[in-house]
Amino acid sequence: MNKPLLPNSLRTGPDEAGRFGTFGGRYVAETLMPCILEVEEAYKAARADPSFEAEWRHLLQHYVGRPSPLWHAKRLTAHLGGAQVWMKRDELNHTGAHKINAVLGQILLAKRMGKKRVIAETGAGQHGVATATACALFDLPCTVFMGATDVERQQPNVFRMKLLGAEVVPVTSGAATLKDAMNDALRHWVANVTDTYYCIGTVAGPHPYPQMVRDFQSVIGEEARAQMLEATGRLPDTLVAAIGGGSNAMGLFHPFLDDASVAMHGVEAGGHGVDVPNGHAASLTGGRPGVLHGNRTYLLQDEQGQILEGHSISAGLDYPGIGPEHSWLHELGRVQYMAITDKEALEAFQLCTKLEGIIPALEPAHALAHVMKIAPTLPADHIICMNMCGRGDKDIFAVAKHLGVTL
Amino acid sequence: MNQPGKSRIASKFAALKAAGRGALVTYVQGYDPDPATSMAILRGLPGAGADLIEIGVPFSDPMADGPIIQAAGQRALKAGATPAGVLAMVRDFRAEDDATPIILMGYLNPILSYGPERFCTDAAASGVDGLIVVDMPPEESADLAPFATAQGLDLIRLIAPTTDDARLPGALRSCSGFIYYVSITGITGTRAIGMADVAANIPRIRAHTDLPIAIGFGIRTPDDAGQAARIADGAVVGSSLVDALAKSLDAKGQATPGTVRAVLDTVRALANAVRG
Ligand SMILES: Cc1ncc(COP(=O)(O)O)c(C=O)c1O
Repeated sequence: MNKPLLPNSLRTGPDEAGRFGTFGGRYVAETLMPCILEVEEAYKAARADPSFEAEWRHLLQHYVGRPSPLWHAKRLTAHLGGAQVWMKRDELNHTGAHKINAVLGQILLAKRMGKKRVIAETGAGQHGVATATACALFDLPCTVFMGATDVERQQPNVFRMKLLGAEVVPVTSGAATLKDAMNDALRHWVANVTDTYYCIGTVAGPHPYPQMVRDFQSVIGEEARAQMLEATGRLPDTLVAAIGGGSNAMGLFHPFLDDASVAMHGVEAGGHGVDVPNGHAASLTGGRPGVLHGNRTYLLQDEQGQILEGHSISAGLDYPGIGPEHSWLHELGRVQYMAITDKEALEAFQLCTKLEGIIPALEPAHALAHVMKIAPTLPADHIICMNMCGRGDKDIFAVAKHLGVTL
Repeated sequence: MNQPGKSRIASKFAALKAAGRGALVTYVQGYDPDPATSMAILRGLPGAGADLIEIGVPFSDPMADGPIIQAAGQRALKAGATPAGVLAMVRDFRAEDDATPIILMGYLNPILSYGPERFCTDAAASGVDGLIVVDMPPEESADLAPFATAQGLDLIRLIAPTTDDARLPGALRSCSGFIYYVSITGITGTRAIGMADVAANIPRIRAHTDLPIAIGFGIRTPDDAGQAARIADGAVVGSSLVDALAKSLDAKGQATPGTVRAVLDTVRALANAVRG
């Protein structure tokens, strides 16, 4: 059953240069180079130190509430009339999304490195809230860069971050969304390298971030694997996860990469439709390789190599890049990537809420919409496990607006 | 055309050394605020006292640039800037000036998009002498460096205050043309240069290289430029020129009759200080 896909494991990347095949790397200005090498060294040392892992695991259990449950969504399954739908319930984590898993790991690392302050970028605000939360817990000053457009559409999370004591810097450069927030966070880091740790929210950025964030998020897939074996005696047949930068997806997929029987579907944000120029945020489906934010990966860009903003109803998905490991898995064909439109995600959001009593975030609503498409075409003994990586509380205002409801 | 071993960059630094002074290196973005004004500025730079010219190739996400140069990039992109358009400017410039070195400064993605090999071929044929690719550290140069070398283009590297002794020799070994010493830990145009720190760092770099060293990123005033050109072999001024340009624009961000002069007058003041 668990035959590896290839004689060589797909789980050993990246190489010493931070590469997954031709993707990844360390494309940063010289000023930052020594700094990311320092993070890399510190991370290597931390991983070799059992007390680091123990402290992180302790926090995951007692602070975050892990393991998160694995839920057999029977009503949704019956409604779709095909494959079984199971949900990895990372929306139940403290702070409401998977982001906290990697944030706690990184904040422990920042502490070990003796850094005095923390910065982060955020799109939907979930990573910002998670970072602000961990910084409150560890008494570290925290600055979160957030696109001014996102500040507008994610008001509840902005207020949450402020309550937690973080400074929220609205970013007005470019289109004032996630990529611009990341630009400004990197610019700030360049100017404050000695005392500042940059806590990146996804599996992108220069090496070692794609690896490090993946390693921390792999707790999702490790738990899901064990829970599924315990509940059903076998592995799932298909994994489904939404993709912004790709961290919740990488976290679910990675522990299963060498299980050849397990299919994996990464769901990108199709926005208004992948045929609409600059109307979506599907980097793999509608982009091509390039270099941005420290790594070589698939990007939304025009013919001149200028980066496009992309669009998604979900502020957490409209990132013009994707983690380099996904680009590699895409080209290998190990993971299939597809896109779901705003409209499909909104429908899934409502259906899940009514049938399962779970209000999903708009990001995993994309994964759910894909599940709704494939489940009816599959037999009843086919097991789909989707990553319910965030809860929808933050999105109810945006959803109400789209449904024409005034709150 | 470049002849290996006798590049315009090497000749210029050698001539200035013989004349007993450092170089003024000026930076403006191609197509800022529009192609015609940008071309007029470029043509006027040598006469105003620029010894070497850096032309910024606009990119949507200039990670190492502060607000002043970010805004320049946005203006230039709006005016239709492309790498090919910037190369055409260099060709036009070369029709009249075969001596002033031209260095393109930008980010890797537009070059990758153009095709690294074709870009280097076209750049050399257009009369470009060197490239500064901000987000391409020596470790990530394999996609571009062989083509640049084959075309006789110098790859000018940034060396930062954070570049420690462990990295320094390797980073310097990959340089040609001159060394661009980033005088501040930060992005362009945001912090004032700490001349004492810089002066202390230059010998550390000299110990590992015979290439000329130019200092940039934090130089705003003629006085800064004069000092930097004496401490090292050249001073690079960008944000303050772009700032002068921006301040000369009308409310809609369009060039005014005073735009070219605003930039060139600033260059003249800097040149006086450097030649002082
Ligand atoms: C709930 C949720 N899911 C997904 C994402 C997208 O990020 P990633 O693809 O890294 O999981 C975000 C980002 O903000 C999020 O808040």
